[in-house]
Formats: sequence, C-alpha cells, structure tokens
Amino acid sequence: MATVTQPRDIEFLKEQARTVRIEILKMLTQAGSGHTGGSLSAADIVTALYFYKMRHRPDDPKWPQRDRFILSKGHAAPLLYTVLALTGYFDKSLLGTLRRTGSPLQGHPSSKMLQGIEVSTGSLGQGLSIANGMALGLRLDDSPARVYCLLGDGEIQEGQVWEAAMTAGHYALDNLCAIVDLNSLQIDGRCEDVMKIDPVAEKWKAFNWHIFEIDGHNMEEIVNTLDEAEKIKGKPSVILAKTIKGKGVSIFEGKVEYHGLAPTKEELEIALKELGGNGK
Amino acid sequence: MGSREEKSAVESQSFAGQAVATRDAYGAALAELGKRNEKIVVLDADLSGSTKTAKFAKAFPDRFFNMGISEQDMMGTAGGLSLTGKIPFASTFAIFETGRAWEQIRQTICYSHLNVKLVATHAGITVGEDGASHQALEDVSLMRVLPEMVVVVPSDGFETKQVIDTVADYEGPVYVRLGRAKVPAVMPADYKFRIGKAYKFHIGRDVNIIANGIMVSAALQAREMLSKDGIDAGVVNMSTVKPLDAETLLEAAKGSKLIVTAEEHSIIGGLGGAVAEFLSEYHPIPVKRIGTRDTFGGSGKPDDLLKLYGLTAEDIVKTVTEFMRK
Repeated sequence: MATVTQPRDIEFLKEQARTVRIEILKMLTQAGSGHTGGSLSAADIVTALYFYKMRHRPDDPKWPQRDRFILSKGHAAPLLYTVLALTGYFDKSLLGTLRRTGSPLQGHPSSKMLQGIEVSTGSLGQGLSIANGMALGLRLDDSPARVYCLLGDGEIQEGQVWEAAMTAGHYALDNLCAIVDLNSLQIDGRCEDVMKIDPVAEKWKAFNWHIFEIDGHNMEEIVNTLDEAEKIKGKPSVILAKTIKGKGVSIFEGKVEYHGLAPTKEELEIALKELGGNGK
Repeated sequence: MGSREEKSAVESQSFAGQAVATRDAYGAALAELGKRNEKIVVLDADLSGSTKTAKFAKAFPDRFFNMGISEQDMMGTAGGLSLTGKIPFASTFAIFETGRAWEQIRQTICYSHLNVKLVATHAGITVGEDGASHQALEDVSLMRVLPEMVVVVPSDGFETKQVIDTVADYEGPVYVRLGRAKVPAVMPADYKFRIGKAYKFHIGRDVNIIANGIMVSAALQAREMLSKDGIDAGVVNMSTVKPLDAETLLEAAKGSKLIVTAEEHSIIGGLGGAVAEFLSEYHPIPVKRIGTRDTFGGSGKPDDLLKLYGLTAEDIVKTVTEFMRK
C-alpha cells in the first residue's frame, strides 16, 4: 500500500490546483447544478492537503494511521471528489456522474456511498465537532495522525461551530487543524451584510486556538503554514485563509450568484481558456 | 490503580428482581462495561451526576469527556470518536439529547451510520417536579423517524443492564430511553434481552396490552385487575420500539379483540403510533393508546402526575372495560 508521495514542490502543486479547477468546472457543467464558487475558493488549500501535507493511502482508504480530512462545508463536494479522483481513490470517469440518480457522487458527500469520504456532511456547522471527536480518539490511541477540517466563513455563523471551537480549546487538541475559507460571500450576499462575523481571528483566539492568517491562494504560504501548524503544541490551530469566491475564472470571481450555480457550456469554454488547459 | 471503592463500583450487578431507577442500572452497567471493553468512551453534557455516567468518569477519567452544556457538539464529537473505532455512549436528559441535537443525530450519526449509543435519562412525566421543560414526551417519536436508528425503552433495571451490554456489541446508532425515578422489577430472572424481540408475559384472548418502560408494570397490574372481571388480558413488553417485533405483535392481535398500547410518552409517534401504523396496514383491529395526549407535562410528584395524565393501571382497566361493554 503506497502512501501518496508528497514532494514539497510549489510549481507542481500550483499545476495540480489548476487541473483540480478544470475538473471541478467540467463536472459541474456536466451535472448542470452544484456549487462553483466555494469549490474554487478552497481549491488551492485542499490541493495542498491532498497532494502535499496529508499522509494518506488512496488504495487503503481506511488505513488507521491516515490523516483525516473533514469537509465541513460539504457543498464544496466537487472539490473533494476531484482531489480524491486525482490522487487515485476512484476512477476519474466517475466525476462525470456527479449528482446523477444512484451516483456515489451525491450532491453533498456521503461516506456510505463513496470511499475516501470520512463522514457525510452537507448540513453546515457540524464538521468541526466530528473532527474534535476524531482528534480525541486518535490521541487516546497515541496515533500520530492529524485531523484537518475545512469550514466556510458563512458556515461559522452556526452556533455549533463555536461549541466545537470551545471543545477543541478546552481539550487542547494540537492534532487538529481547522481551516476557514474566508471568501466573504454566502448565498444571500456578502457575509458582512447577511450576518457580520468579524472579527474572526479574535474569536478563535479567545477560544484558545493558535491563529494563522494567510492568503488562501498563495501556494507557498499555504504549504508553509500547514507545516508550521503541525509544530504547534498544546492548542489547536486554525488557518484563516483569505480567498476569492470563484477563484481562477474571472467571470465567477467574487460573484455571489455562482455560490450554487454550475457553469453553462459557454461559460465552461471561457473558463477553460482562462485556466489555459483542456483538462486532458 | 483504583481505590477499593472504585473497584467495588465496577463489580457486576444484574439488578434481577431489584427495584432501581433505570438510570442507576445504566451507570453501573456502563462502569462495568468500561472495565471489560477499552473501546467504550462516554460523553456527557454537564449532567453526569444525574445521568449516572459519573460512575464511569470516576473509574475511567481518560475515557470520559464532559462536553459542557453543548449537546449538538456532543453528538458530533461522539460521531468522530466512533470513526476512530471507539464505542461512544453519549448521555444527557432525553429532551436535550433528542430535541436539541436532533439534526446532528440525523446528519452526522444516522446518515453516516455511526456506531454511537445515545442513552438518555429523565424521559417522561416521572421526571416530576422539574416540570414540562425537562419532561421528554416526544423523544421516541423523534428518534423512531430516523433511518438507521434502533430505539429501545427498557422496563426495569435488570432489562436496562442487558440493553446496555447488548447495544455495546451492536454496530450502529441506538437510542436508549431511561428514567429518573425508581421503578419496580418486572422482568423474570431468566429474561434475555434481544434487539427487536418483545417479551410475552401472557397472550390474552380478550385484549393484549403492548407496553414498555414503566408502563409494563402498570400493564401487569391491569391484567390482574381485569382478570377479576373475567377479562383475559395479555401483556407484552415491547421494549424495542424500532424495529418492532412484528411477529409477536401479529400473534397478540390475531388472538384478541383489542390491542392497548401503554407508554410514558405522547401517543403521537411513539409506541402507540408505531403499533397503530403497523396493525392498520397488516392486521387492522381496534387499537387504544394510553399515553400523554398532545400535551406538555407539568410539575408535581411522579405518582400524582401519572394519575393526572392518565398513565396508571386503572386508566388501562378503564379503557379496556369501556371497550368490552360496547
């Protein structure tokens, strides 16, 4: 069983992220529905996790020593499906079945239907609690495995997130790293208009977390921060990643309507041109 | 490691023939289970003294997680622990367990079929003086509607002990409903609990009373009282509400004129609901439901409340005799 190779090669990771974006857009266009903006905003972060940071074995998804990833913002399922396919959890051709009746690639991730998904998500605000439980369980077993949990910035309006933030701080879960995709938009508009959540960093700090604030599209910074977070002991880490919703395609960037809208065929063509590839 | 007291705290107790609160039997069973099985972990939401998980916490502090007053987070954390191979028992009062955290139970635990045991105490009207806010009369309905969920309502301490041991070995989500007040022993010493298997005290020719929880005791009293009037009333302990024991239910229905359900819970969606749904589809016969009737509870002494809300043996007898007179 092979653990995924993890070169610390920024150019390679950037290229992977570009491929990931292309695959996301292709599958969304084919499905005709799904969440474009939030899949693209987190693409660099999740690429860095699956192609660099996480120790995992695509041919042995239940390997006990694996690092765990919880997609708390479950609507970014196309992103998760893409990195799972590209790292070899299942055949890439399956991506074309997104959201179809009977497909293991459900609209939001289902762990019962698809290997590589740790737990079903989709109802916002629940992932961090699950990540905490995993971190507690792994610590009981003296496991070296780490737990990563990706949240959205609209998502952290959910009260359960702050219950979980309190728990991780209380139990000093230093084998846990949360990442917040701060793309500033949610379905009904700008987060600051819908329900202001700023200041975000101070909130996590107040719950005894170690804070990193980064550019969520700067691959070198993402990689360096993931490495640094692993060295923090005695408290959980959170990476507050400033991102652009729809990142990578000008017609989607910063556009709230593409939160839950898939590209049309014409938009896909424009996107593929901009991303400079046919997604071979 | 532990002191003499701690060791005696985890000695085996069967509770056969003993009048004891089901929550006390739970606390003892859990501590004993923790000794036998290192995978057992326990979570509580600041009520460990009342739910009796404190006994486990004292014996195995590393495997006990107090989550504070945050039931939603507790359910997710329990789910995460199960994903690392642990067998989490998550406990608080029944209304907070099932009501406050219902969507977490649905989305995280049931949808992913996680191996989490939800054991709630302080269910029903016999919570007493704390009143309606703390008396779960809807919890069985809330849990029964969830796909993947098993729902068990034990009748006494002896059965509770067996339920806890059994569900620890079952892979998947289970809801166990326990009470605050001391209850009489009703199950015979040779009883063996199995998920989905009802216990037939007797199958009656005139009426069969399908009961669970504290109402099994009331049903047995009602059977005695009815027999004096020449009415042959059977009693079945349907401790597993989901999956229902269809075979026993059909047997009880086919041989009698009336089915009466009895539970310390709303008649909407609980045992009465489940039995009525089943029989209307597979063997339609008259069904009368004893339980609270689309109402909240209230403060008072448990016995007074049982009378006030119509949950006594006399209420069962009255329901049966009125039907028979027609």
